Amino acid sequence: MFVILKDLLKRDKKFLFGFTVICILVFLAILSAFSPYDPRSWNVVPKDKPPSFQHLLGTNSMGQDIFWNTTHALKNSFILGLTAACISTIIGTIVGLIAGYRGGVLDRVLMSINDSFIVLPSLPILVFLSFFLREKMTIFVMGAILSIFSWPWGGKQVRAQVLSLREREFTYTSVFSGMNMWKVVFKEHLPFVIPWVIANFINTILWALGMEITLSVLGLTSLETPTIGTTIHWAMQYQAIFRGIWWWMLTPIILSIIFFVALYMLSVSISEFLDPRTRLQRIKMGG
Amino acid sequence: MKVLKTYIIPRLIQYLLVIFIGITITFIIPRLTPIDPVQSAINRLTSYGGAYMEPEAVASLQNTLKELYGLEGGIVEQYFAFWKHLFTFDFGPSLSMFPTPVTEIIANSLPWSFFLLFFSLIISWIIGNILGGLAGYFKEKKWSNVLAVVAMSIYPIPYYVMALILVILFVYIFPIFPMMGGYSVGLQPTFSWSFLLDVLRHSILPAISLILVGIGWWFLSMRSLTSNIVAEDFVTYAEFAGLPKNKLLFGYVMRNGMLPQITNLALQIGGIFNGAIITEVAFSYPGVGSLLQKSITNGDFNLMMGISVLSIIAIATASLIIDLIYPLFDPRIRYR
Repeated sequence: MFVILKDLLKRDKKFLFGFTVICILVFLAILSAFSPYDPRSWNVVPKDKPPSFQHLLGTNSMGQDIFWNTTHALKNSFILGLTAACISTIIGTIVGLIAGYRGGVLDRVLMSINDSFIVLPSLPILVFLSFFLREKMTIFVMGAILSIFSWPWGGKQVRAQVLSLREREFTYTSVFSGMNMWKVVFKEHLPFVIPWVIANFINTILWALGMEITLSVLGLTSLETPTIGTTIHWAMQYQAIFRGIWWWMLTPIILSIIFFVALYMLSVSISEFLDPRTRLQRIKMGG
Repeated sequence: MKVLKTYIIPRLIQYLLVIFIGITITFIIPRLTPIDPVQSAINRLTSYGGAYMEPEAVASLQNTLKELYGLEGGIVEQYFAFWKHLFTFDFGPSLSMFPTPVTEIIANSLPWSFFLLFFSLIISWIIGNILGGLAGYFKEKKWSNVLAVVAMSIYPIPYYVMALILVILFVYIFPIFPMMGGYSVGLQPTFSWSFLLDVLRHSILPAISLILVGIGWWFLSMRSLTSNIVAEDFVTYAEFAGLPKNKLLFGYVMRNGMLPQITNLALQIGGIFNGAIITEVAFSYPGVGSLLQKSITNGDFNLMMGISVLSIIAIATASLIIDLIYPLFDPRIRYR
């Protein structure tokens, strides 16, 4: 594992970029534990101050320090993304493994459900859901809800991989040596699909964070919890752009762009690494 | 006739399943939560609307709401009643724009969303695929890599953030485009040239933000598709046979890459619709998205449900249509 990581860091600029940025952001998120202010309380610092040494990224109209609020937002966004990604990866991987391994009717049924969820426009339904749960919408609940709509992508991919693994020699060997379905699937097939699962895990985080921003902008999450989305929501509510408080609006925008691009680069570089064709090309080109 | 059995019927079943799952989720959600939707709707209505209501009016509203949400009788009964409402496209009156029927309100804003979504989808699909095809074919060229890096940094940006950036750039810093809305304030919606031009001017920015993100995605997937196709044997053979480069590129490589992209279009349309909704909110463009936002702030349950249900049906239908015209492009399915 560490060898692969070192190899990727050395050879792939995309991975290096993504990995470095995510490490910095994780560090900032951890920094939130040392925040001198409570992120939920208002009017703890002077309002609308531009960036200075005392307030690195300035303060907003609610009397909060933007830098420290951002560290909290990052922490919450990480938690949200990880919750959604964990749940949906587990569901998607299990469904994909079983559908691919069993085949036949079960495969067709599971994949029809899978495809239905992919086609479904999730936002109107999520809006509907959040509207009812607004009072109880913690970060974890939201992650769990988002995972309802994000598992099928991973499921589809895992299944495609398992379909080819199923016909391989070692599968027959393990079946003939008396392993049951669960053992074959989890002991023999799972290790092969792990890299795809990781790439998907990252993509789910991306998707969940994007959805969080969307729902927060619509005012459907618990707005006192700082996240990237709620920061944008409040900046919009207070018309930050038109009142010239650019540091308030620009912080979440730049942060989200860096965050999203870094995560995407990671997932691209992992899936490129997985594809033997591109790896061959890279060796050919001497990269 | 074999196409019918192996291709069309499974797609139709899939279509019904999508609608079934979507509708069932919208049915179950309000019933899983401990909050009484009727009471909360009335609370929201009275607190947001600010209007005072007679106790009798509240009671009658309570009854109609109960009937409307299908909260009478057992859960199975409720479920069937729910479907009956759907088949008749009856979502009741809007609570915030009482007593206009929800269906009518949605029908008014539907054309706006449809045109925005349709044109930006087509434009981004065509541009993204052509650029992606070229970039995949000439993978060693420098411009191909530059384009790929640009696409990779644009595609992952969430639609709303992209829209915000465009607003800041082109409305606030360089005021080229009008601020917001679907047409200028005070203009009457008529079928005149000046009105149409005004509408066009207002829809350029929302369209650009959808197209930019869209191109990124189509470009990246087409690029990886074509760079795999180029490595296939039949392309190498065609090269050795001395085929003109144009024919090779468009007839052999791009054509094979287009097919999965049509399937992708059917799969992605739900996600793109999500993006269109939030883009409309960002630009206060008068489509279904803005309507959805209005229904949230007004606590308009009926409108929200109408939008959810109708968009599930609309997106599923759009995806079905794309799947059904697919055989026209892929001879392998026609002759199977």
